[in-house]
Amino acid sequence: MLLQQLVNGIMIGSVYALTAMGATLIYGILRILDIANAAAYAVGAYLGWYIYTLTNNLFLAFFLAMILTGLIGVLVEKYIYLPIISKPNVITIVPLITSVGLFTLTGDLLRLIAGPNVKSLGVKLRIGVLQIGNLRINPEWIFIIILTALLFSILWFILNKTKLGLAWRATASDSEIAQAMGVNINVSMALSYILGYGFAASAGIMVGLLYNSIYPTMGDIPSYKMLAIIVLGGLGNPVGTVLAGLLIGLSETLVAAYIGSIMPRDVIAFLVLIIVLLVKPSGLISKKNA
Amino acid sequence: MYLIVVSVNIGIFILLALSLNIITGYAGQAALGHAAFFGIGAYTSAIMTSNYGFSFWISLPVAFMVSGIVGIGLGLISIRMKDDFLAITTIGVNFVIVALFQYSSFFGASLGMTVKKPMFFGMRMNTSGYLILITIIIIITCYFIHKMNKSWFGLALSSIRNDEMVASSLGIDVNKYKILAFSLGTAIAGIAGAVYAHHMTFIYSSDFAFTVSIGILSMVVIGGIGTIRGPILGAILLGAAPELFRFFADYRMIVYGGLLVLMMRFQPQGIFGNDSFITRNFIQAYKNIFKKKVGDIIE
Repeated sequence: MLLQQLVNGIMIGSVYALTAMGATLIYGILRILDIANAAAYAVGAYLGWYIYTLTNNLFLAFFLAMILTGLIGVLVEKYIYLPIISKPNVITIVPLITSVGLFTLTGDLLRLIAGPNVKSLGVKLRIGVLQIGNLRINPEWIFIIILTALLFSILWFILNKTKLGLAWRATASDSEIAQAMGVNINVSMALSYILGYGFAASAGIMVGLLYNSIYPTMGDIPSYKMLAIIVLGGLGNPVGTVLAGLLIGLSETLVAAYIGSIMPRDVIAFLVLIIVLLVKPSGLISKKNA
Repeated sequence: MYLIVVSVNIGIFILLALSLNIITGYAGQAALGHAAFFGIGAYTSAIMTSNYGFSFWISLPVAFMVSGIVGIGLGLISIRMKDDFLAITTIGVNFVIVALFQYSSFFGASLGMTVKKPMFFGMRMNTSGYLILITIIIIITCYFIHKMNKSWFGLALSSIRNDEMVASSLGIDVNKYKILAFSLGTAIAGIAGAVYAHHMTFIYSSDFAFTVSIGILSMVVIGGIGTIRGPILGAILLGAAPELFRFFADYRMIVYGGLLVLMMRFQPQGIFGNDSFITRNFIQAYKNIFKKKVGDIIE
């Protein structure tokens, strides 16, 4: 029983980490709390659903939707966020309100275009149920775990082993000095948004696949939960985000299983956040010792 | 009648926007959970009048106090956490407090709470009564904020907003003033909540959700942060917007979201903020007229 709960918690936590990874990458460079990342999550899910119904190929749908959403992200960055943050004396709330506006706009646009009803992906995975003793893992989860691991390895490879990633890390640690050293920070920003919105889209499709439902307001709960996760992870730190996602996934599952429903599931994330931040105000992994 | 109901609601939002402006506009602290304190005020007065039979007029100052005291807690948190960490923590506080209202039977849980309209010199308060009440509170608040800006307290707050390090090196007790700003702002939100509960006669936990906080913040920023006219006009604009856009109800949220994006993209200082397009032209026009008059007098 406990093992099953732990495995469930880790699985949910890895999806949370994937959802929040996009916002982390964007915060790492642009210092924006991008709630609109949850809009990319919903847009990605819809694009994935649309391409899947056209081609009936899940992998094509998955990666095409990721790339398309990433490209939308670059446009959003170039024409909306960049002009806002490059103005002098901009208070930090301004980009946040922009992203709230963008999120509201997109959610309603999806409702108008695709209709308010729930769309089902209807994917049948031909992998059996994994059963080890009492532990039972559904095929959807196996698929999600493999894909998440794959995506995180790709991200790790890009950030740590390529020149592009080196430039990204340099920009994240100090954009002015990086620029002085000849790093093109515009490319780093664009990379943040391609990866950020792409990751959000992949999380959207996965959750859509898992619950077999895609609807316009599906980004609502991730929108604030991912804020809690990225702050808990130390803001802009990819490793911290994975840890924070797992921590919140585990605490949600364990509280629901052993303490019962004393509070809504989504509030647990914030309770964990407040408690951790009161002890360690800069998150699980702070910038200095990352 | 309908117009008066809408006006009272807008009045409540003006009060909320003004109170948030003390924290975010003058002291420069991110606060994304203001609706929680609106809720604390509303539930405090609702419980006092419905469960314990106190008069509305006693519950009003108590709501002020209780919200302010909880606000001190938030102020204490703001000393420990900075900037974006604080912003997200305040969101968290909002969610936790709303969950408390929703899950605790003391606060009516998922049934909400019904409140009776209060008596005023033997007469039951009607909607116009609320309009007068909220207008009086707004005027007092405006006067108070105006005085505050001119005082040592206001100057200390703006120095904290501009640069906390410099402010503390000049001998300003940054922590004390931050806590004061938080408790004052949240206390005024508490009064707004008390009036809201007795005006609507029914409150429910989702009336004070995170989206409401974002709405209040949008009013402050769109109107013009750090001014008195800004939050008032912002609250009137955004408060009236749902009524004005009623004829294309289906596109309402798109228009709302689009306006937020466009505003922040082209006028991040707000419509009526300092150095915004409208204010600049208004001051210019005012100067022109004034010069003319001066010229007339000289002639």
